[in-house]
Amino acid sequence: MLTYTFRRVLISIPTLLFIAFVIFMLLELAPGDPMASMPLTIPPEVRQEMRLALGLGEPWYVRFPLWLRQFFVVEPQYWIDNAFGTNFADGAQRIISFQSRSPVFDTIAQRMPQTLWVVGMSYVVGVLIALPIGIISAYRQYSVFDQAGTFVSMIGFSVPPFFSGVLLIVIFSVQLKWLPSIYDTTHVVDDWNSFIFQLKQMIMPVMVLALQTTAQVSRYMRASMLDNLGQDYVRTARAKGMSESVVVMKHVVRNSMIPVVTVIALGIPSIFGGAIITEQIFKVNGLGQLLIIALQGSDIPMVMTITFLLAVLIVMMNLIADILYGILDPRIRYD
Amino acid sequence: MTDNLPQRPAKPVLTAGDSSAPLTVEKTRNQWADVWDQFKTHKGAVFGLFFLIFITLFVTIGPVIWDVDPGKLDIRNKDVRPIYIGLVDSSAKVSWGNPMGTDNLGRDIMANIMQGGRISLAVGWTAMILTLFLGTTIGVLAGYFRRLDGILMRFTDLVLALPLLPLLLVMMLLFRDPLRAAFGPENGIFILIVVGIGITSWMQTARIVRGDVMALKEREFVLAARSIGTPARRMITRHLLPNVLSPIMVSATLGLATAIITESALSFLGLGFPSDFPTWGKILFDSVDRMTSFPERVIWPGLAISLTVLSVNYIGDGLRDALDPRIRGL
Amino acid sequence: MKLKSALMGAAACMAWAPMAIADGHEGERGRDGEVKVIYWQAPSILNPYLSGGTKELEAASLMLEPLARYDTDGNLVAWLAQEVPTVANGGVSEDLKSITWKLQEGLLWSDGTPVTSEDVKFSWEYCTAEGGGCAQGEKYLDVVSVDTPDELTVVVNFSVAKPFPYGPFVGAQAPIIQKAQFAECLGPKAPECTDENFGPIGTGPFVVTDFRTNDVFTAVANENYREAGKPAFASVTFKGGGDAAAAGRAVHETGEFDYAWNLQLAPDVLSGMAETGIGENVVAFGTSVERIMINMTDPSAELGEERGTAKHPHPFLTDKSVRQAMSMAIDRALLTEVGYGEFGKLTCNVLPAPAIFNSSANDGCLVQDIAGANAVLDAAGWVAGGDGVREKDGVRLSVLYQTSTNAVRQDYQALIKQWWEEIGIEVELRNIDASVFFGSDPGSPDTFQKFFADVEMYTNNFDGTDPESYMANWVCDDAPRPETQWQGNNMPRFCSEDYDALRAEMASTGDIDERARLAKAMNDMLMQEYIILPLTHRGRNSAHAKTLGGVALNVWDSELWNIADWYRIGE
Repeated sequence: MLTYTFRRVLISIPTLLFIAFVIFMLLELAPGDPMASMPLTIPPEVRQEMRLALGLGEPWYVRFPLWLRQFFVVEPQYWIDNAFGTNFADGAQRIISFQSRSPVFDTIAQRMPQTLWVVGMSYVVGVLIALPIGIISAYRQYSVFDQAGTFVSMIGFSVPPFFSGVLLIVIFSVQLKWLPSIYDTTHVVDDWNSFIFQLKQMIMPVMVLALQTTAQVSRYMRASMLDNLGQDYVRTARAKGMSESVVVMKHVVRNSMIPVVTVIALGIPSIFGGAIITEQIFKVNGLGQLLIIALQGSDIPMVMTITFLLAVLIVMMNLIADILYGILDPRIRYD
Repeated sequence: MTDNLPQRPAKPVLTAGDSSAPLTVEKTRNQWADVWDQFKTHKGAVFGLFFLIFITLFVTIGPVIWDVDPGKLDIRNKDVRPIYIGLVDSSAKVSWGNPMGTDNLGRDIMANIMQGGRISLAVGWTAMILTLFLGTTIGVLAGYFRRLDGILMRFTDLVLALPLLPLLLVMMLLFRDPLRAAFGPENGIFILIVVGIGITSWMQTARIVRGDVMALKEREFVLAARSIGTPARRMITRHLLPNVLSPIMVSATLGLATAIITESALSFLGLGFPSDFPTWGKILFDSVDRMTSFPERVIWPGLAISLTVLSVNYIGDGLRDALDPRIRGL
Repeated sequence: MKLKSALMGAAACMAWAPMAIADGHEGERGRDGEVKVIYWQAPSILNPYLSGGTKELEAASLMLEPLARYDTDGNLVAWLAQEVPTVANGGVSEDLKSITWKLQEGLLWSDGTPVTSEDVKFSWEYCTAEGGGCAQGEKYLDVVSVDTPDELTVVVNFSVAKPFPYGPFVGAQAPIIQKAQFAECLGPKAPECTDENFGPIGTGPFVVTDFRTNDVFTAVANENYREAGKPAFASVTFKGGGDAAAAGRAVHETGEFDYAWNLQLAPDVLSGMAETGIGENVVAFGTSVERIMINMTDPSAELGEERGTAKHPHPFLTDKSVRQAMSMAIDRALLTEVGYGEFGKLTCNVLPAPAIFNSSANDGCLVQDIAGANAVLDAAGWVAGGDGVREKDGVRLSVLYQTSTNAVRQDYQALIKQWWEEIGIEVELRNIDASVFFGSDPGSPDTFQKFFADVEMYTNNFDGTDPESYMANWVCDDAPRPETQWQGNNMPRFCSEDYDALRAEMASTGDIDERARLAKAMNDMLMQEYIILPLTHRGRNSAHAKTLGGVALNVWDSELWNIADWYRIGE
């Protein structure tokens, strides 16, 4: 397993470089212009100068290595400089966003708190709710609980957030006036009251997002549990006189986790990809909003950096999932 | 790690063969009649099937009976409420000519739901089938053949990392005009969108199937089958695929919903169908701003999407139960 | 009646706002606490020289101010300057080649240092520095030098005679920045100055405390602001993001915000929101006109590199009767009612404002005339084929109609499609993501400049009140074509010697009445040739809480131009 992990990590490096190249070429090919959002009153000559100032005058084979250098050399240098007060970077150009003209990593760091609070929290909540629902639904298949769970999760999954989010706002912000409809990203939690406020502003977006996660994970959990509950080893375990809770929790759940682990592992990068529509609706302005604004504004450095970071996460999470398969089912061998 | 091997009861190799092999109790019955009998006992699945047939007829035969042009604007007849509102509120503007009401430009909502359903269902089904086909194929190949695993899974990582929006923009740029020339404006866009959604949503299915196949192929019954020289193709179709059916069914259900919703998100971003082609997702999206004054405009398309997804889910459940005899009787 | 109000053009604005200021609502600075503003498009930077976007300009206008700016009626008023220089008061030289501004005395930056003419000169240097990519370069066009004879005097010298010399240092686009702060940020170094770009030191009523790009910023009252007792608010929270409907909801329905910018929503949605009585909608009209451009060149893909160029005239849109029929078939009143309601006005001109430039020669377009349109096409020999589509000599009247993705535009498309089909023109609709449509990526076929469609629809306007550069959009030379990398503003590829002659005459004419005559003549030529079909004169509409006083919506300058005068109306 260790050699496998090591080999996979090594293979990841060329894989990621290739992914970076493909993403870059995709963005390069995609139509779109960072000047598109400028008013039409700005004349074409001025637009052209602005484009040149953004470095768009250079061909792709100059800009791609430049980005790679900035990402892998300059940015780490700045972190080291910040941490230890050294001066490795020596004023080298960092990755600069086209839109805000500021280093993209600063903006990404700024977006982390609300992304983790809302999207991350909703994911944790969603998974924590989904697992028991999935287990009970499968164990008591076609019970009232199972039917209700199926109904709610499928409705939840098929109602798009641009509708459910607005519906929640209309009910809880406009009619009842209980919850704020606009997320305050500058809010600092430092005492009980501010914590309550934070909970209030989080609850609606977290609910909308958690519903989606719950629906998905619980369906896979249920299906996989059902497959395993019928296996012979379950009968044997019961015959051996094991208590029902041990049979279910220790054997069946463990053996049912493979698809669930896959789904959860694939979901984690998407936390950092943010929840584009939900963030827009509640104005959480996390990474999802950053990415969509960057995409709409053809902010290539920003899009490139965020999608590449996501790619790193995806590769990492899939590696972790593969290792977990081996732990969950030791018969799986990679070597 | 605990020692889990001793706790796993060894399966008798002979009886644990192909778990999905049809239990041909009565010789006169064929396998599919059996499946159908089992399917019928699942109430949800039967309901799902009926609803799906109903909604399919509604969107296909419906426009023949209700032959109002969905794109026809009648500005004097705008904002007509659905007919049942007239029962509660006699002052409401209702008309038998528009039983579900009209939108803000006077387009008939019923005709639009029918027309929109055609496109939404077509997009949903096609994208779902494409997703399942790609996901299952890649997943099984990667899980079963170790030498394909590395390359296929790295490819999966790559596609997972691609941002959908620029990808679609590039596809539009490269293929829209040739497809438009070859298939006409509507079909060209349809192919583009279906392919776009299809090729960007198979990865989860692929990874799940692969994970399951990897675990399955170390099971005793697979080893047994292999030891008697079963060729790879038969191994996959007879022994592995039936055992990964459950997660595939779930992927299918979720995939259908995702495709319908993704299509509406694309319309919203200007990458979808032209504005004169309604889809359920788009009708829903366009109506969100007016949902307090005209709740029916969000309820109809919302219900249509939800119930379709729900019925596909129940059919999936019923089918899975019917095809896998172990699950029954628990 | 409607026509009359349309002709009033710029004059439309709330008359009560200045009165409220005059009614003695005074007190100490910062007395009214916090004001919350929501822009559904979030500002990404606070330096208007690095981003030309409206959201950035308006956000920056809380801090940065120009020498003079436009008021709600489009009149120039002195802001940091003592007065607006004119030829009459000697501020503008007789040959129109230089203008002399005098700064007010005792102006301070928010950090307490004095504002001098050096700062003004520096603002010009900053924008024109090589490699800086200044978004407002056009404002400083033809400036050869800026002299600073003393601390308060600035002389701007132009290389040519400028009948309208109010480009540099005027309006929200070209404010004064502090030399001490930006001295190290010239040219290519501009993007490295993140702290400066996110927190410019200005003379305006507020000072940035925390800026988060594309999200939110907070600002507090400027202690060194030149007017005592202003601003009334101690702090501003300026939130961005979301969509227009959510912004409207936050002001009208939940009351969480005091001011929401540019609510591009269907009129029935907006008026529905306003029924709660918490907020109110305000509107002002500038020069924005939603219009259809007609392609005079052949966009068909078979022509390869030469598609959309003057070498290949359009197969049927070059026939004036077709264009005329298309215009006659449109019911502009209905379009405007559906799409904009009271936030749009009828117009038959591409140049609808200011009032002196507004022509009345084309008002016939206001009445829809399907029968007349059919008659025009019949007379021109276009006969309906079996499928109802007219054709002549094997050419079918089939148009591809493109625009950007936007709910109102799609409604317009649907309505116009129906009318054009009634006169036997087949219509295919296409909507394109705004970031592609309004982009100028030479690799994309879908930009509004390439115009690889038969007709396209969008809105355009011009900065300030002088239409000279706007009317220059439709000279032959400005047609986008491969040689210009498809840059240029003459989307219809209209080309007329007479038009070019009028434009040349306008460039050398200083007299305002004469300029108005020329602008109208150019407008009328475009209208009567049916090159551009104006649809709606669009207003800018925003909403504010009823407890927020002093709002005076301004379309000629930043909407937040008078935020120093805003105050809370007591309960």
